[in-house]
Amino acid sequence: MSDHARTLPGAGDGGRTPSDDTSRPANGPARHGGWPLWEVFVRPRRGLAHHHVGSLHAPDAELALRNARDLYTRRQEGVSIWVVPAAAITASSPDEKDAFFDPAADKVYRHPTFYEVPEGAPHL
Amino acid sequence: MHGHHSPVPGDGPASGLLDQVEEAEAALRAAAERGRPGAPDGHAVDADPQEYFTALIEADQKIEPRDWMPDAYRRTLIRQIAQHAHSEIIGMQPEGNWITRAPSLKRKAILLAKVQDEAGHGLYLYAAAETLGVSRDELVELLLAGRQKYSSIFNYPTLTWADVGAIGWLVDGAAIVNQVPLCRCSYGPYARAMIRICKEESFHQRQGFEILYTLAHGTPAQRQMAQDAVDRWWYPSLAMFGPPDRDSVHSAQSMAWKIKRFSNDELRQRFVDMCVPQAEVLGLRIPDPNLRWNPERQSYDFTPPDYAELMRVISGDGPCNRQRMARRRRAHTEGAWVREAAAAYAAKRAGRGPAATRPAARDGRAAA
Repeated sequence: MSDHARTLPGAGDGGRTPSDDTSRPANGPARHGGWPLWEVFVRPRRGLAHHHVGSLHAPDAELALRNARDLYTRRQEGVSIWVVPAAAITASSPDEKDAFFDPAADKVYRHPTFYEVPEGAPHL
Repeated sequence: MHGHHSPVPGDGPASGLLDQVEEAEAALRAAAERGRPGAPDGHAVDADPQEYFTALIEADQKIEPRDWMPDAYRRTLIRQIAQHAHSEIIGMQPEGNWITRAPSLKRKAILLAKVQDEAGHGLYLYAAAETLGVSRDELVELLLAGRQKYSSIFNYPTLTWADVGAIGWLVDGAAIVNQVPLCRCSYGPYARAMIRICKEESFHQRQGFEILYTLAHGTPAQRQMAQDAVDRWWYPSLAMFGPPDRDSVHSAQSMAWKIKRFSNDELRQRFVDMCVPQAEVLGLRIPDPNLRWNPERQSYDFTPPDYAELMRVISGDGPCNRQRMARRRRAHTEGAWVREAAAAYAAKRAGRGPAATRPAARDGRAAA
């Protein structure tokens, strides 16, 4: 298991970072000349949530923020940036097709489309 | 966008390419909406991984880092993405030579922004390569040791200011023609990086076109300088598409994997067809006596680049190979103390405990 990714116990072979663009195979490298990997999240505009935009290497949080500004917001793509050490993120599973999400599969009644609405019932 | 009359045709090939990038991005989203083939809720655990991989590719779904993939697919992508990243980094040098000598403050500011973009593109690409299990350090070492390549085009010298224009128009133009189809590459992180890069590259191509247009409509000496730059950069730019299809080693498998979408010769032809009307607007001559419209093919016939020269330059014997590598090695060595000092400072501050570090997300502790 690489030291920059933590996976939920028992969720397969583990050792991979959480987000799609940043997951590394087991035993993958974690550091860049002693500089850890950071995941970058940007809020594009007021009213929108922060979204993952990519990753970078930096020695500490402050430089990670500055590097993220220079790398991901050169064209005013954001009004706020979060940087998170990749090692601090816990991923649900090593791949995207295991049983972790199965419990949701048989609960179609959670969607409004499950219910039949009689004709003429207003505001439903 | 440019703040004054830009001679770039608004509905010309450049904006056509941007439309293609938008379309690729829409296709990526549509594929994500469609979901995986035959298994909307992910019940494919028992499937043979090779079969599952093939099914994903056939369904135009993206392969993501945590998916199983053939070793050769992984190796091919690492080689290609790394070479692409190295090209962006080395590619800063030919134009960087002109930052201090740009003819005006405006041109200098634009060129600085462009070269900074190249560094950014290199970093997006290194990050994409790292998702395949290779480290940044390894890639940098492979470049410095000469064991991984970068685009042969950056081994040509920038002799005059007009070369900065010719690089923007021809070299970035060729790069865009090459890269737009990569926005549809089957490997997700590479496709997403390419979408971002292509959107930024179109500014590069336009600034080069504008430099050449200005020179071509200036004094006779300026016009001559622009023509001379186009004369020197035309064939090396054609060579950027790689060897002809009959000699291309990696093409067939890469096409089957949907890493590559078009052959080298198809892309080269597309580039020539795009450049001819642009050269007419510039009022500059493309240095090819055999260039003529072929009504049967609905394309221009043209003289191919000297592929023997391409192979020589790739193997290390171009005009500037040694200079480019020496400069990159020197920059890496001379930057070592900065990297070490930053790491030492971070370690010292970490030792003082959490109070010493500023929280990164100040506008909300809980991610929304």
